[in-house]
Amino acid sequence: MSVKDLGRAATVVREEQHGEFETKHMRINVGPQHPSTHGVLRLVVDLDGERIVSLRPQIGYLHTGFEKTMENRTYQQGVTYSNRMDYVFGFGHDLAYVLSAEKLLEARVPERAQRLRVALVELNRIASHLLFVGTGLLDMGALTPFFYTMREREQILDLFEMVSGVRMNYGYFRVGGLSRDVPDEFVPAARKFLDGFPKMIHQYVTLFGKNDIFLQRTKGVGVLSKETALAHGLTGPSLRASGVSVDLRKTAPYSGYEDYDFDVPSYTEGDLLSRLRIRIDEMYESLKIVRQALDRLEPGPVKDPDRRISLPPRAELEDSMEAVIFHFKLATEGFHPPRGEAYVPTESARGELGYYIVSDGGSMPYRVKVRVPSLINLQSLEPMCVDGLFADMVMNIASIDPVLGDVDK
Amino acid sequence: MSDPAIVTFIKALVLVLVLLGGFAYMTLIERRLLGRFQHRLGPNRVGPFGLLQPIADAIKAIFKEDIVVTAADKVVYVAAPAISITFALVAFGAIPAGPAKSLFGYNPWVMNLDIGLLYVLAMTSVGVYGIFLGGWASNSKYSLLGSLRSSAQIISYELGMGLAVLSVIMIGGTLNLQKLVELNVWSISPWLWPGLAIAFVAMLISGTAEINRVPFDLPEAEQELVAGYQTEYSSIKWALYQMAEYVNMFTSAALISTLFLGGWRAPGFFNAIIPGMASWPIIWLVAKMALFIFFFIWLKATLMRLRYDQLMRFGWLYLFEIGLFAALLTGAVIAFVL
Repeated sequence: MSVKDLGRAATVVREEQHGEFETKHMRINVGPQHPSTHGVLRLVVDLDGERIVSLRPQIGYLHTGFEKTMENRTYQQGVTYSNRMDYVFGFGHDLAYVLSAEKLLEARVPERAQRLRVALVELNRIASHLLFVGTGLLDMGALTPFFYTMREREQILDLFEMVSGVRMNYGYFRVGGLSRDVPDEFVPAARKFLDGFPKMIHQYVTLFGKNDIFLQRTKGVGVLSKETALAHGLTGPSLRASGVSVDLRKTAPYSGYEDYDFDVPSYTEGDLLSRLRIRIDEMYESLKIVRQALDRLEPGPVKDPDRRISLPPRAELEDSMEAVIFHFKLATEGFHPPRGEAYVPTESARGELGYYIVSDGGSMPYRVKVRVPSLINLQSLEPMCVDGLFADMVMNIASIDPVLGDVDK
Repeated sequence: MSDPAIVTFIKALVLVLVLLGGFAYMTLIERRLLGRFQHRLGPNRVGPFGLLQPIADAIKAIFKEDIVVTAADKVVYVAAPAISITFALVAFGAIPAGPAKSLFGYNPWVMNLDIGLLYVLAMTSVGVYGIFLGGWASNSKYSLLGSLRSSAQIISYELGMGLAVLSVIMIGGTLNLQKLVELNVWSISPWLWPGLAIAFVAMLISGTAEINRVPFDLPEAEQELVAGYQTEYSSIKWALYQMAEYVNMFTSAALISTLFLGGWRAPGFFNAIIPGMASWPIIWLVAKMALFIFFFIWLKATLMRLRYDQLMRFGWLYLFEIGLFAALLTGAVIAFVL
């Protein structure tokens, strides 16, 4: 369907003649306040009975102006905003932001910080996929799996609370490293979680994996072919479910992902079932990565030792004039990356995520543009849903895993 | 044989009160059980073990603002929940709860109809008018979709149910529920067991579909239709729909127990274990109903919802055939074996 056709289908409620009766399609507004839209997403849907004739997503209900705000804050303050866009995958957003900023600065991030970042982002990926599985099944009418996935997500959030002090909007990464080292109890607690978790995934899979109703509702439903998926710019697990095995952690490694041993699961069906399965498979892969990251964790600094990027330790301020000067400069105006631009694509739980940052040499970014996966993945909703049933629409929304904060920014 | 009118009236009143009280505590039991299934506690704050929760819920429902949609068809909009609850309540009246004269010298039923089974089926299907009219009168698209689904669903599953009970009717040769219980359809011949067993399964499935519960809860599919036909209802009108749903659940459970599990009769061996146990007919009926109600809640915690087209396909292509097969099997046994 071309863009022109799309517009026509959306604006004209087609009237058809059936014998002597004239029938009209029913236009129904789903959202922005609706139990299944995963946020304030509004969809204008034309229905022929229960069949979807056309579907048009309306976005912007959660527009917060994060990009513009970030242009008026120093680089280090930007971390406060990045994780608020995708509140389900906050560490991933933080990582994408600091990577671009570090590329501008040419900062050298210590090994320990790299490892911890990878471990936290992968744990966050598991938490995000857990939410996906729980709410996705909830949209199908299965109440129970949601509570089980939340139980495990809670354990991950406890780990995050341990390192950052909060369970959401972490703001723990810094340009040049981490805000502080993790507490001693983090690694044993994380290992405990890693050991227990595979059994838990197995529980959900047995709860619904072979259920006939589940298979009937997901197999061959909401199929997105490889070509359509690529044409609509789909990325991430949903694209891999359509048969394109692209993972930026493999194809364009960052943060030392090239050192880790993990597989990129992919399916060829492109239906709801494969989009759900791929997330479960990815949880196992993330577990592998976290385990390797923790194994290779060695004591050391977690910040770039460069005084122009990281604050000097408190003790140094007592007897070093230089430290006081650096501290003053960093605290009042931050650092000045050289003139230039940077974009580091990362693999978020939803797809390609990257911050495009332009520096004019000042202490604040000249321009920040975020390539958010949720927004671009939403384009694929229309080809997924049209000619399908209304009941499948809510599952299709869930299957591309949009986070509305990520969509509207 | 029959009781004086005043006694019948009192029995009807008591039955209504018991059903409504049962509804209130059913919500609590369901929520507590779901809590157990879902690795959480469920409501346990109001009173000991949350026992006062239904009362708190009732007060809340009554004091909520009673919104009447401006664009609604006012008369029908108000009448629809009343239709739902009325027919849900009257349907239960024909369920017998013991042998004649066993309740303080009176009969333990409100009415003993020769067409009892037909009556229960008829009343439960009239209840769909409440859902349909409510959805129509709300003048909301979600409500309309929900009510259309519901009508189609109940019509489809009524057929399966009709065929499932046919086996029992053929064996018993009567539509009188009391006589069916006294006859005990299972005791007649082991040759009839396969037919009855298949009919029982068909009845259990169509019974679940009749009361719009998971996996057949499409009319109020929360995720797509907000709350289906109930979307525009609030306060006590919404509560009436809820009551109707739960009372229908009781009726369904009672009907299945009466037809297939011997209703108020105790399993014979219980008398051998504890003498006198078998002479508490009401307890036995309630126990059997509880079994099915637990089953419904269990389904809710385990299964997901079918899609509309799958539901219709299942109803017409499988359940209908299963019911028909059970009826044919039973008929053949009656004609050629007995």
